[in-house]
Amino acid sequence: MATDIIIHDKKDNVGVVVIEKITPKQDCSCWIMEDDSTVNIQSLDEIPLGHKIAMTDLNEGDTILKYGHDIGKVVKSTKKGEHVHVHNVKTKKW
Amino acid sequence: MEIPKSFLGYKRENGRAGTRNHVIILPVDDISNACAEAVANNIKGTIALPHSYGRLQFGADLELHFRTMIGTGCNPNVAAVIVIGIEPKWTKKIVDGIAKTGKPVEGFHIESTGDIGTTMKASKKAQEFVMWASEKQREECPLSDLWISVKCGESDTTSGLAANPTVGNLMDKLEPLGVHLCFGETSELTGAEKICATRGATEEASEKFMNTWNNYNDFILKEATDDLSESQPTAGNIAGGLTTIEEKAFGNFQKIGNCKFIDVLEPAEEPSKGKGLYFMDTSSAAAECVTLQAAAGFNIHLFPTGQGNIVGNPIEPVVKLTANPLTVKGMGEHIDCDVSKILTREMNMSQAGDELIKTTLRVANGRLTCAEALGHKEFVMTKLYRSA
Repeated sequence: MATDIIIHDKKDNVGVVVIEKITPKQDCSCWIMEDDSTVNIQSLDEIPLGHKIAMTDLNEGDTILKYGHDIGKVVKSTKKGEHVHVHNVKTKKW
Repeated sequence: MEIPKSFLGYKRENGRAGTRNHVIILPVDDISNACAEAVANNIKGTIALPHSYGRLQFGADLELHFRTMIGTGCNPNVAAVIVIGIEPKWTKKIVDGIAKTGKPVEGFHIESTGDIGTTMKASKKAQEFVMWASEKQREECPLSDLWISVKCGESDTTSGLAANPTVGNLMDKLEPLGVHLCFGETSELTGAEKICATRGATEEASEKFMNTWNNYNDFILKEATDDLSESQPTAGNIAGGLTTIEEKAFGNFQKIGNCKFIDVLEPAEEPSKGKGLYFMDTSSAAAECVTLQAAAGFNIHLFPTGQGNIVGNPIEPVVKLTANPLTVKGMGEHIDCDVSKILTREMNMSQAGDELIKTTLRVANGRLTCAEALGHKEFVMTKLYRSA
């Protein structure tokens, strides 16, 4: 099955869409680069190439992990399969 | 892939080798641009490097100005230099700095002669230089004569997933062969700064990096009027899916692979600790960063992009790569190396690294980059603060 989403690290709670877009209710195949494993997820939103999808339910105040590292905080609760971007995640710096 | 042991470059008087053979007309200051451009217009095959500064600067900012001017002239991609300034003293200072390389350099000042007389005198010398340089031949040079700088721009998440790790793969393969390498972008390591500091080859290098990053971050916090949400990340970064500076930083950081940096350089400072990876304190704006790296002596640049930054440099060829298939499709004329097949898993990172090595060597041997063919020669001086 073709890869729809790539995840850097097993610890990550977001993945990156690598096809032109995914549509709501699409069953997606996710490749985890770190250990070359595959997981599946059903999307809830339309998400374009390069944008992120929540791999788990995220609550306000949670930390987003990508590359296995902290890349910001959740400012609006987000369900597994939803689009993760500037509307629900903010920097902890600046 | 077996990596070639050599490339075809121009051997210079000081033992360095160039990937290009430019004769440059270098204005000392903003008001000498017109004369420099007139000379470059008269004498075909020369290139003027107009810029905005060089008057009434002082302190560290003036030192950086001279370091950038002299370093640009010293770069091995430059065969010979005409320096033109309004006054004789600063003009001579730059000429003397460049002359240490042993390459032909001559200075002209405009005061008392005017633009037209200066243009005539400088044009005669520029003609002599360019005809001399045109007889230079490419010769076989060891791969270790490559000084490779890197900087990414208009990044998106495909940069961190694929294009930047491709550069990292190239670094991992070329570092053992004795090349000089340089990354910068102090502000764009924000969020990944502590991880980056662990990549210092010595405790001293790590400490120097943290001091450099802290100084830059303090400066940003002091000047910031908002959360920088439209500058870092940029609108282009956000359109490409990047959400925070931390995310951008970890993507950025992929460019150095598993290498460790041996020293931290001031902007435009020439490395002095031999082969290996260096970190340079630079702005993250593309043209400023590449201009500083070229002034430090780097002779070929690798520039991964996501959404499609189009920057070039007048003396250091800028090789673009991207992993974003939409960028390849929409603006392919700017992309020297397409690694978008990493996303579809038709290409692995090592294969992508090999492709980039091949492209880099072709450009080192003389193939024009997209940016060169399209006429991109952004020469942008870094200015630290207001003039006196």
